[in-house]
Amino acid sequence: MNLPIASLNGLATGLFLLSAFGSLATRQIQGCVRFFRLQSFALAASIFLLAMGTHVSDLVVVAVVDLALKPLLIPWLLKRYVRGELFRHREIEQLLNIPSSLLIGLFLTLTAYLSAPLLPLPSAAMGQINLPIGLAGLLVGVYTLAVRVEALPQLIGLFGVENAALLIGVAVAPNLPVVADMAFAFDMVVIAVVIGILTRITHERVGSTEIGAMRALKEVGIE
Amino acid sequence: MAWSLVANAAQLLFVLLFAPLVAGVLSRLREMVQSRRGPSVLQPYRDLRKLFAKGEVISEYCSWIFRITPYVVFVAPLFVTALIPVLTDYPLFLAFMGDMLGGGFVLALGGFFATLAAVDTANPYGAMGASRTRMVGFLAEPIFMIVFFTVSSVAQTTIPYIVQKHWTSSLDAFFAPSHVLLMIAFFMLILAETGRIPVDNPSGHFELAMIDESKNLEYSGTSLALIKWGGQMKLLVLMCIFLNVLVSPWGLATSKSSSALLLAVALVWVKIALLLVAIVAVESSLAKLRLFRVSEFLNAAFVTSVVAMMAALLKF
Repeated sequence: MNLPIASLNGLATGLFLLSAFGSLATRQIQGCVRFFRLQSFALAASIFLLAMGTHVSDLVVVAVVDLALKPLLIPWLLKRYVRGELFRHREIEQLLNIPSSLLIGLFLTLTAYLSAPLLPLPSAAMGQINLPIGLAGLLVGVYTLAVRVEALPQLIGLFGVENAALLIGVAVAPNLPVVADMAFAFDMVVIAVVIGILTRITHERVGSTEIGAMRALKEVGIE
Repeated sequence: MAWSLVANAAQLLFVLLFAPLVAGVLSRLREMVQSRRGPSVLQPYRDLRKLFAKGEVISEYCSWIFRITPYVVFVAPLFVTALIPVLTDYPLFLAFMGDMLGGGFVLALGGFFATLAAVDTANPYGAMGASRTRMVGFLAEPIFMIVFFTVSSVAQTTIPYIVQKHWTSSLDAFFAPSHVLLMIAFFMLILAETGRIPVDNPSGHFELAMIDESKNLEYSGTSLALIKWGGQMKLLVLMCIFLNVLVSPWGLATSKSSSALLLAVALVWVKIALLLVAIVAVESSLAKLRLFRVSEFLNAAFVTSVVAMMAALLKF
């Protein structure tokens, strides 16, 4: 069977970029997590298509691990560890309002599209599609990380950055050993758990995870 | 030439006759999702018949604008129908009279007169609704422009009949990121332009919360019927542009025979039904946005369309 791999990859990466913008535009933490899930699904689909296109069987493993960890395990972990944080606030605090954030995201995407051809990576597989979109996802993720005030939305921004880095990575170096990719993927889980536990403890003791409001270190029991 | 005229007339009749049915199916589907029975799909036709038979009340303080607006609102979508592919794959008699921007302007003319008429009556709710509609309208305008410019520059023309050929030339073109994003942006635009949830609640009866509906509060009888019918035709015309020009010309008549035309009616209805299901899914799963959040919704659509433009034009 002759699948139109490049075109399906276009669809997957299009949804990838859309969900990067989606998690920048939404006001609810739940919504952010949902967009992160969609983005991870799109990423896994893109990696799988790349595996079929380049005939690198390792990438299938990467796609499967990605599918198991990101859209399924990590949201479950977050729900388990930071349930209160996830459902308590309906609206995310952020430094700039959403319309201007979206416009800034737009400029970042423009930058990505203009600078992607300048990168010295001429032979990347499906580089035409994956490189600019991955770069745009990376910049938008970094911006999400910067503009959000609380810990959990920042974490989602960080995951967005990681997803985008993986999207670029598999296109640039599809022959990377599986071990390296696995290490990245499990790092994400560790990050989720660590930040989850930290957030919970911080929230119990301080009452907020707003980074800007935490000016001093504080020990338990000493008021 | 003669066939071209016949096909053009068929397209006009299709939009004229089926627009109320689209509205009826939409409301029936929505009721079914909410596990209610809902009115018959033919209810909009009955409403129109009832309204055409009724007398009219026109305030003696309002000007000629109030009187001609129903006709402008009714005729504008029909003009656009002459320019776009509704049933046929090949250009018809009037296809080169105007391009997509022309069609956009004609549709905007109807909206412009509806706004003026709403202010003309001096009903406070009319003016409020008019200003809100303009807010939605001017935020939607750039999306229209960007979507049209992108498809035009990709296809090297602005005539809708020719534009549609590009996207289906290959599967690569169909699933290109730019095409996917353009479709999403235009779908959001349809929701905003026709006053659907999450921008406006079409079945709401609370004047303070109305955006689109409050413009025809003062109309009655024949005028109200024309305005309602015009609004339903606008929805159908936008859906036809979306389905036949932007998504795929699949199902349109390719040969010049009446049997092909009849088959196209059935196949276009299949596409319309699918789109209606999508609209109902959105309407049933989202809540109406607060007024000042509408700009965020349209901003998201704008960003989507601009990203699509970049993906389409900045290739290397």
